[in-house]
Amino acid sequence: MTISTAFHAPTMAPSKRGKWRMTVAAIALACATLFVAPFAPAYAAQDAKTLTMVLTTEPPTLVPITNVATSILSVSAKVTEGLLEYDNDLNPHPLLATSWNKSADGLTYTFKLREGVKWHDGKPFTSADVAFSINLLKKVHPRGRATFANVSSIDTPDKYTVILHLAKPAPYLLKALASTETPIVPKHIYEGTDPASNPNGNAPIGTGPFKFKEWSRGNYIVLVRNDDYWGKPDPKVDKLIIKFIPDAAARSIAFETGAVDFGYRTPVALSDVARLKQSPKLKVDTKGASYSYNVTRLEFNLDNKYFKDHRVREAVARAINREIIVKTIHYGLATITYSPIAPGLKEFNDPTPSPYTYNPKAAAKLLDEAGYKPTNGRIRFNVTLDYNPITTEGRRLAEYIRAALRQIGIGVELRSQDISAFVKRIYTDRDFDFTVNGASDLFDPTVGVQRLYLSTNFKKGVPFSNSTHYSNPEVDKLLNDAATENDPKTRVEDFRKFQQIVGKDIPDLNLVSPTFLTLYNVRVHNLTDTADGAEGNLAKVSIK
Amino acid sequence: MRLVSRTGRTVVRTLIQAVPTVIGIVVLNFLLLKLVPGDAADVIAGESGSATAQSMAAIRHRFGLDQPIIVQLGNYLYHLAHFSLGYSPRYNTSVASLIMARLPFTLLLMFSAFVLSLAIGIFFGAMMSFFARRWPDRLMSVLVLIFYSAPGFWLGLMAIVLFSVKLGWLPSSGASTIGANYHGWQFLADHLSHLILPSFSLAFFFIAVYARLTRSAMLEVERQDFIRTAQAKGLRDWTIQTKHVLGNALIPVTTMAGLNLGHLLGGAIVVETVFGWPGMGRLALDAVMSRDFNVLLGVLLLSSFVVIVVNVIVDLLHAWLDPRIEAE
Repeated sequence: MTISTAFHAPTMAPSKRGKWRMTVAAIALACATLFVAPFAPAYAAQDAKTLTMVLTTEPPTLVPITNVATSILSVSAKVTEGLLEYDNDLNPHPLLATSWNKSADGLTYTFKLREGVKWHDGKPFTSADVAFSINLLKKVHPRGRATFANVSSIDTPDKYTVILHLAKPAPYLLKALASTETPIVPKHIYEGTDPASNPNGNAPIGTGPFKFKEWSRGNYIVLVRNDDYWGKPDPKVDKLIIKFIPDAAARSIAFETGAVDFGYRTPVALSDVARLKQSPKLKVDTKGASYSYNVTRLEFNLDNKYFKDHRVREAVARAINREIIVKTIHYGLATITYSPIAPGLKEFNDPTPSPYTYNPKAAAKLLDEAGYKPTNGRIRFNVTLDYNPITTEGRRLAEYIRAALRQIGIGVELRSQDISAFVKRIYTDRDFDFTVNGASDLFDPTVGVQRLYLSTNFKKGVPFSNSTHYSNPEVDKLLNDAATENDPKTRVEDFRKFQQIVGKDIPDLNLVSPTFLTLYNVRVHNLTDTADGAEGNLAKVSIK
Repeated sequence: MRLVSRTGRTVVRTLIQAVPTVIGIVVLNFLLLKLVPGDAADVIAGESGSATAQSMAAIRHRFGLDQPIIVQLGNYLYHLAHFSLGYSPRYNTSVASLIMARLPFTLLLMFSAFVLSLAIGIFFGAMMSFFARRWPDRLMSVLVLIFYSAPGFWLGLMAIVLFSVKLGWLPSSGASTIGANYHGWQFLADHLSHLILPSFSLAFFFIAVYARLTRSAMLEVERQDFIRTAQAKGLRDWTIQTKHVLGNALIPVTTMAGLNLGHLLGGAIVVETVFGWPGMGRLALDAVMSRDFNVLLGVLLLSSFVVIVVNVIVDLLHAWLDPRIEAE
């Protein structure tokens, strides 16, 4: 290029023609400014029949078959429905299945399907679609493989009856049939194709109250009312727009200006919640989020030379004050838990507090006993703490733990990385000392919690498996029993024993269960009536 | 005529230089990206919160990650040689379609920020030079210093608070009103109203750069002999400032502007994030985070094309502004 020549140019006198051109250029540029400056156009108001949902990230696909990222779940159920839906206490209600029956031995499930339902392309919905979908999910879904592992065969005696035959009981099965977890997809579109690259993932055809219309990549998704919906006269709105706003501050502003109507899983920064609650235009709800409870955890690498010692782990447990975590890190929007089974799963959660109460003095004594006396002043030993970067609270929690452990003489260095590097470090390389992580409990401990503690699930290269390398035959037995236990009472008892053992062994510290908020404009109604709330099909949601 | 032949020569020379440069960029990018820890399967498992050994293997197979690196590179170059940017298994669509959906928005934002920063920057610079060392100069210097030192995204957020939240004049995010069926003047107004805040946020920093550059270049030109000549022959002060001083001061400003276009492309990521603008910067960032390297390589490749093309344009602009440059 001629950059160097250009720098020498101004010192020489230009020709007359050149001067004139330069002046024209200068004036043209000045005019451009004046043209844009006074411009103030009309600002579009909220439409009475259009709902706008906000997502923090763009979903990579619109049907959760091989990828079940939350961004996908938030869009999917509007178009692609499941067999059942659940109320806030996780009791099942009819959706595509009108009735269901579980045999006394827990080995046969019979579903009667809704008649007269049509796919968005006009083809009829039948039992063949259901059988095909469950078989597909059993093969390729990241959790379906476990959820449907005991399903040995599926019968479809007629067009509207599906019978699942199980080799062993699967007591969690009836809770796994929500639209987002077990989407029923059209057999005539998926049969004989690779489900991950099927174009239906980009422009889905389902049975739901909304039809797919448009996906402007990186920008928005538009769904429109399905006038042929089986649940007529639902849905109550004509159009559903899904916007992606990656910046947290910009999302808060979009709520304040009314540019978006609702968001799920606490769609704004926790520090903004108190301010947005004050707005007369907005409502905050903790309901409608009972299909997915998370637990924030501190996981020790039990192969680490310090953390393999129970006394060191107990010292860490005694140095951490969960109340501070709830108040400061989560702005009060979390529940303390000592158990890996979130308090939200009321049936299974054991509310007994940890035997290792907050007591920094006792912690220091334990470390002395373990042989780690302070050497150079106050530090006994140094460890590195990795945190899962998928939430913003992860880093702040790690900072608190660093400060708390400094008090008892453990030096902590924080290490940040993006999600991919984090997952590889923890689960494939196992190159970590301890980590702030989160676990999704889902709707049942066998599906959500068991994977973290079963010794057989210590699998290198498999994310969200047993990262601590915990191994206890007693726990293995309890979890395996609970997974196929047909009697609810015995099952609850198995899980209670399991929680007490891991509470004593502390291969990890379960800290808090974050409260997921649904934030919405006051004009939106009936958004949080189901367990999956804004993630549901939104057929009943109205604007007033 | 001379301009036409010069255009031809520039284009030919650029092409000869660009092809090996682009191949170098692709190979280097590819290898650098392979050094990054974690892959697409780790991301998908990370965002799903669940995985099995089989699902991980299936994802790696779809992305072609189960093949040796040299085969992966070979495959990529093979596609490129056939003018295909490849396929994104994550988004289940061609990279070209992902990029083309965003390119117009990126170019629109870049171009408007570019024009704004030059126009306002030069205007500010000229005013500062005209009133050099008097109070308007001092006042504008402070303003320019704020533009220079405050991050553009922060100024953008403050502008959102004022114009979107308090006054309600302008939309806070997006590139257009979604689903609105506007035509003609309404369509233009809708798009422009969405464009104003992001392009100003992106332009602020460069306004400061060009204003300071224009001011100092003009003050330097003012000391030249031909300015004294112009004053001696009795030209009015205004004419001297606009025709002689500003005209000659424009060359370093346009050179700098050409160089800065690359930065404009890079700085756009933050502005795109704040304003939810569907541009390529965001796509590139998402591609890095999700280890979707076909997309990232495509964006990098296209960005290098944009920078090369813009450099050619700046080159030609110089020839038009000052005919002596082409004589060389």
